[in-house]
Amino acid sequence: MAIFLKQIATPDVPMEADNITPARFAGQTPAGVEKLAVMHGSEPRRIGDFFSVSGQFDGTINVEGDHLGRVKLIGAGMSRGVIQVDGDVGEHLGAAMSGGEIRVNGNATDWVGPEMSGGRIEIHGNAGHMVGSAYRGAAMGMTGGEIIIHGNARNEAGNAMRNGVIAIGGNSGDFTGVNMLSGSIFVLGELGIRTGAGMKRGSIVSMKEATLLPTFSYSCTYRPGYMTLYLLHLSQIFAVAEEYLEGSYKRYCGDSVELNRGEVLLYAG
Amino acid sequence: MKIRSTEIVGTFAEAFKMWGARVIVTAATKQWSQAAAQSMTGFATSVIGCKCEAGIEGALTPDQTPDRRPGVSILLFAMDKASVGKRLLERIGQCIMTCPTTACFNGLNGDETVQVGSQLRYFGDGFQGSKKLAERRFWRIPVMDGEFTVEESFSVQPAVGGGNIIILGTNEKNTLAAAGAATRAMGSIKDIILPFPNGVVRSGSKVGSRYKALPASTNDAYCPTLKAVTESNLPADVNCALEIVIDGLTERAVRDAMTAGIRAAAKPGIRQITAGNYGGNLGQYKIDLHELDLTA
Repeated sequence: MAIFLKQIATPDVPMEADNITPARFAGQTPAGVEKLAVMHGSEPRRIGDFFSVSGQFDGTINVEGDHLGRVKLIGAGMSRGVIQVDGDVGEHLGAAMSGGEIRVNGNATDWVGPEMSGGRIEIHGNAGHMVGSAYRGAAMGMTGGEIIIHGNARNEAGNAMRNGVIAIGGNSGDFTGVNMLSGSIFVLGELGIRTGAGMKRGSIVSMKEATLLPTFSYSCTYRPGYMTLYLLHLSQIFAVAEEYLEGSYKRYCGDSVELNRGEVLLYAG
Repeated sequence: MKIRSTEIVGTFAEAFKMWGARVIVTAATKQWSQAAAQSMTGFATSVIGCKCEAGIEGALTPDQTPDRRPGVSILLFAMDKASVGKRLLERIGQCIMTCPTTACFNGLNGDETVQVGSQLRYFGDGFQGSKKLAERRFWRIPVMDGEFTVEESFSVQPAVGGGNIIILGTNEKNTLAAAGAATRAMGSIKDIILPFPNGVVRSGSKVGSRYKALPASTNDAYCPTLKAVTESNLPADVNCALEIVIDGLTERAVRDAMTAGIRAAAKPGIRQITAGNYGGNLGQYKIDLHELDLTA
C-alpha cells in the first residue's frame, strides 16, 4: 500500500519539499512523515502543516492537491521508488534524481529533472522551461535517465544535457538542446527557433519541418538505424505514428561554432 | 533398438564445453540480411580449422527484430569466451558492417559479455557516435550508405559443441535423403546450429594422425572404401556414411536436435544411425542415443 499525501493547506509562498522522496519516507509511519521538514519561504515548517498523510509506505508516494504548483523540489535527489503526483506540480521536480520514477498527472512548471543522472520522469501534461537542463552556471544538465513530456515543453529543454533522453509529445520552445553535449531529444511536434545553438554532440529529432540556424548544414536524407529502436521504445509511452518508425530523416550537422558533431534530424517522409 | 528398419546403435555422442553468442542481423530486405548472415557464417564449420563454428539459427520476420526489419539469427561458438569475442569482432566487422543496409544486435541475455561495437567504432575515424537506450549502447559508424548500427557488447554463455549423429546407408542417394530429412527436422529446434554445409559433413574425423603435424584425420572406421583394409564400423551393405554435427546453447537443445534428426533419418535404406565419440575421454558431455526419446 502506498503512502498518500493530500494537500490540506495552500502555501502562501513557494514551498521547498525536498523531503518528499521514497528514501526519506522509508520506515516512517504517517505521523513520522508529517513531522518531516519543509521550507515555507524562509520559514521551517512540517509536511503535516500542508498535507494529511495516510497509508503505509511500500516504495510509492501519492501526492494529491489543487495547489501543488507552489510545491517545489518534489523527488529531488531521489534514487528509488515511485512518486505519483495528481495535480500541477512546482519547480525543480526530480532535480538531480538518480533513480526511481516520478509520474505527474497534470502540468509541471519550470526545471523538470535538472541535472538528473538516472530514473524516469513522466509528465502527462505540459512542462515549463529548462526541462532536463543544467542550472545556470553549471557545465552539464541531465547526464542520464529519461524525461517524457506528453504535451508541450517551453524553452531550453535539454540545455547542456550530457546524456539520457528527453521526449516531448507536443511542441518544444526556443533553444531546444542549447549547448547540448550529448544525449537525445525527440520532439513529435514543432521545434521553436534556434534549435541546438552551441551544441557539441547529441541528437535532436523532430517530426516537423524547422528553421535551423545558419551554423547547421544539411548532410543527407536517410534512415538512421537507431531511430526505430528509440521510437519503438517511445511508442510504449505515447502514440508514435507508424510512418515515423520507417521513414527517412534529413540530417543537419552542427553547431559549427562548436564541434559540429551534433545533429538535427527532421522527418522527411 | 530399432526405428522401423533402422538400427539405433547403443553408443553415445561425445560433446564439448564451448562458449556461444547469438547475433541478430537486420537489413532493408530479407535478401540482404541473408547475404550478410551467409557471409558471417562462411568458413566456420569447425574450430579445428576455422577458429569458431557458426551457423544460421533461423530467419526472423520484422516483428521479431529490434528495428522491425527482416533479420537473421546467427549462433557462433568457440572454445572460450575471449575467442568468441575475437571472432565476433572479425566477422561482424568484415561480413556484417560491409553488407549494405545492415544493423547488428546482441541476441542473448546474460551478465557475461564481450565488447564488439565499442571496438568496431574506431572504423568511424572519430566521426562515430553512440546512443544509449536503457542499459544498451549502440554505436553508429558512418558508412557509404548511411550508418552502421552495432550493439556495444554481446552476451556470451557456456554452450555445447559437437553433438552429432552418423547416418549409415546402403547408397549415396538414400543416405543424402535421410541426412536432408534430419537437418530439416533439426531446423525447427531453437538454440542450435548445424555448422557444416547444409548441416552435413562427409569428412568425419578421428583424433590424431600418423602425420605428427595433424591434430585430426579422416575417420577411417566410417570410410566405405577402407572397409577391406581397416577396422571398420560399417556393416557389409553400407556404402555411404554422413554425419550431422550440432552445436547448441544448451545440452537440452542438442539432445532435442539429435532426437529429431534420428527420428527423421530412420528411413528405408538406412541400416544404422550411430554417433561419434572418443571413448568418453575428451568431451564433457556424453549423449547416449538409447537415452533419447525416440519413441514418438
